[in-house]
Amino acid sequence: MPFIPHTDAELKEMLAEIGVNEIEELFDEIPDELRATGLDEIPLGKSEMEIAQLMHQRAGEDQRALCFAGAGAYEHHIPAAVWELTTRGEFYSAYTPYQAEASQGTLQLLYEFQSMMTGLTGMDVSNASLYDGASSLAEAVLMAVRANRKSKTKRILTPKTVHPHYRAVAHTITRHQGIVLEELDYDQQAGCIDLNSLPNDPGDFTALIIPQPNFFGSLEEVDALTDWAHQHNALVIAVINPTSLALIKPPGEWGDIGADIVCGDGQPLGAPLSSGGPYFGIMCCRQAYVRQMPGRIIGRTTDLNGNEGFTLTLQAREQHIRRSKATSNICTNQGLLVTAATIYMSLVGPQGLFNVARASHNNTKYLVEKLSNVAGVKKIFTRPFFHEVVFEFDLPVSEIKHALSAQSIVAGVSLDEYYPELNNCLLMCATETKSKADIDLLVENISRIASRLESSKRPAQPKTA
Amino acid sequence: MLIIEKSQPGRTNTAQIPRDVEAVTDIPETMLRKSPINLPEVSEMQTVRHYTQLSQKNFSIDTQFYPLGSCTMKYNPRGCNTLAMLPGFAQRHPYSPDNLSQGYLACMFELQEMLKTVTGMIEVSLAPMAGAQGEFAGVAMIRAYHDAKGDDERTEILVPDAAHGTNPATATMCNYKVKEIPTNDEGDVDVDALKAAVGPQTAGIMLTNPSTLGVFERRIKEIADIVHQAGGLLYYDGANLNAILGKVKPGDMGFDVIHMNLHKTFSTPHGGGGPGAGPVGVSERLIPYLPVPMVTKENDQYRLLTEEDCPDTMGRLSAFMGNAGVLLRAYIYAAMLGRDGMQRVADYATLNANYLMVKLKKAGFELAFDNRRATHEFIVTLKKQSKDLNVSAMDFAKRLLDYGYHAPTTYFPLLVPECFLIEPTETETKQELDGFIEAMISINEEAASNTETVISAPHTLPVRRLDDVKAAKELDLNWN
Repeated sequence: MPFIPHTDAELKEMLAEIGVNEIEELFDEIPDELRATGLDEIPLGKSEMEIAQLMHQRAGEDQRALCFAGAGAYEHHIPAAVWELTTRGEFYSAYTPYQAEASQGTLQLLYEFQSMMTGLTGMDVSNASLYDGASSLAEAVLMAVRANRKSKTKRILTPKTVHPHYRAVAHTITRHQGIVLEELDYDQQAGCIDLNSLPNDPGDFTALIIPQPNFFGSLEEVDALTDWAHQHNALVIAVINPTSLALIKPPGEWGDIGADIVCGDGQPLGAPLSSGGPYFGIMCCRQAYVRQMPGRIIGRTTDLNGNEGFTLTLQAREQHIRRSKATSNICTNQGLLVTAATIYMSLVGPQGLFNVARASHNNTKYLVEKLSNVAGVKKIFTRPFFHEVVFEFDLPVSEIKHALSAQSIVAGVSLDEYYPELNNCLLMCATETKSKADIDLLVENISRIASRLESSKRPAQPKTA
Repeated sequence: MLIIEKSQPGRTNTAQIPRDVEAVTDIPETMLRKSPINLPEVSEMQTVRHYTQLSQKNFSIDTQFYPLGSCTMKYNPRGCNTLAMLPGFAQRHPYSPDNLSQGYLACMFELQEMLKTVTGMIEVSLAPMAGAQGEFAGVAMIRAYHDAKGDDERTEILVPDAAHGTNPATATMCNYKVKEIPTNDEGDVDVDALKAAVGPQTAGIMLTNPSTLGVFERRIKEIADIVHQAGGLLYYDGANLNAILGKVKPGDMGFDVIHMNLHKTFSTPHGGGGPGAGPVGVSERLIPYLPVPMVTKENDQYRLLTEEDCPDTMGRLSAFMGNAGVLLRAYIYAAMLGRDGMQRVADYATLNANYLMVKLKKAGFELAFDNRRATHEFIVTLKKQSKDLNVSAMDFAKRLLDYGYHAPTTYFPLLVPECFLIEPTETETKQELDGFIEAMISINEEAASNTETVISAPHTLPVRRLDDVKAAKELDLNWN
């Protein structure tokens, strides 16, 4: 059921105007031997009612779960106005604002977004977004290689406390350009980068990546790490969670002079979990590196009459002008998600974001207190945390997770796939959306399941012959 | 006026702020934020009013005809958004277990299957988050293929001079040198030049068909043979799939890898510049290298394939499953079209483009490729107006805005002077197309009789022409 408005009469008129008898003639430049035989395997079209019935049924199968998983995607309350406004046709169905005069709405909004992001991160400039947090880290690595002219090695120190998928994406995207992502191990007691393990003479390296909070939810010693990297002429790439910056020190203030490039995922600012996307990538930097930054950037300027207006600027960095010499092949940004984030930040304001951050922290702290009382469960890292924590279980977490999912509870994320040493561990998160009753329910269920598994673990009575 | 200029210190939006929040006592003082957060302090109504008013300063598909060539600005059905935002989908965490994900995964699996059929490719991965990422995945797979054979002599990617800028930029990201292939007078790739260019150094060619010149590449089979015989692979830029749905399949043309722009052909919203989605499809020989995750079906259960299942994958491109919500909208749209609807989309997109082209020609506009059919789009060149009247394509574009039409793509492809790349899509009525033609005729007359009006356009929009030089020289990138 396509969205085609033509009547039969109009079709005839249009064919006559073109000078052909039927539409098929318009395809006569396609060589006969290439003409497709059809699309038989695709079902016939559906009306909106029919597809709606199917989608309601399928959405129902993925019934809303009580979710304590985080690991880069966080459930926060999204004010109703965010998506009411974001899906207004004038935002939703507009194209990239290349025709500035016809796109002042999107352009001003993006300028406001850039302003909010620089305010939040404490950095000089922001772009208008990249695809997601992981790809923004990859772009930050490429950018650091361009920006740090003192370094020749393209060595990027990459702590294992960075999200494993972020590291995987950075590897995928940067590997063809001679860039080496060198792993830095972590302190298995503290759950963060071990300052004492940093070499006195690390040799030339281009940048150090610092995640804050890190993948385990722990807070890194960002000041000392930043200064250490700068002492060795390396840049600092911060990977941040924007919500956390309302509570903890922003990267622009780390150490003596702050981080150089900041990236991260903007999802916590108004994007639904939605199976992992669409989210958006954050990218901020020092003024000195703005010409090395990838992606779209909006500037404020004046029009012929001297009135204020907004336009895409510094386009000479981009692929549609520079082609093979561009800073990146990136073409789109995630405009719609940035629209949602800008409206979200306006609605909650500084006090709201501060309270969201504190409530998320306090709820996770409550989870720690409760869950630590359950026999066979313990929090394993000692560093302060933001709103995520790693728990170790005496029993197989796969069984606990499975039993909880039968109760529509998503307990957290297992870590053994990427950290074999963290076998039987769950990374768990309780944002402001979780009440004490929700957390109590989770803890009761874990306690019950653990004791059931424990009792079934006892060896069966030996059979007598 | 910026939203920050409406801010008042101490104004809070109590309905949107978590209540009774206790102070944080267990994070050391030195780690806490001390500086104020410079976000606006405005009411909910102020926010709603501000962003509603901003939205009204935009052109959009929902408000204007938007004949932007190469961008396929078709109607974005409202139902696709409503259904993709159902709570079961919107609230699903990417790490939800499979037993709480079957509904979503079923949609993704069926989307993969439909895209395979449409493109004639053997396998599809939905992972890339945008066209440019799909391109990157494609070229990285070509590299992985040659690397696996130990063939490290292949250092070059061929790209037609008319190609989209992301093509050469992508080849560079994969550490290939870019060699441009010229286009002949009729808009086809210059096959003799191609023959001279290929060799043991050729890793592959990146082609768009229908090309960015709005014509079908007629000698595509021959091109495929030339490149394959030289040991290279063929990459298909699927930006222009709309007019060939069900008519011709890239797999049949001989392509080894294709990316699709779902935000074009499959009508997901452009959203003011994104998000997109750029799935890739491959021929048999590139299957091992597809990006993860993908969706598979085993014993009537769906699950994600990861690095563990696909050890030779070119890798991961996003933290989770790409732009999952965009993929869901595309699935809903594709399921609504069905096989019958897809054929009709190609039919009517091509009809609208040819109708517009023929009528503009009859009205005296010069076509870039006069004796060719339009595909889903075509090119008008305004070089005569530029030379005789000093009225550029950009002036025409800005004046069109005054007439209530979004401008076509201007100055792309770069090799046609003063060009308009025009793509009406199948969702526009004949009346809308006729209105656009009348506006073009009227501006053409103004260009001669009232030149000043045209070259100083627009006159009726929220701003006049903007000072781009000042924007780049006196950088003002935020309010802080």
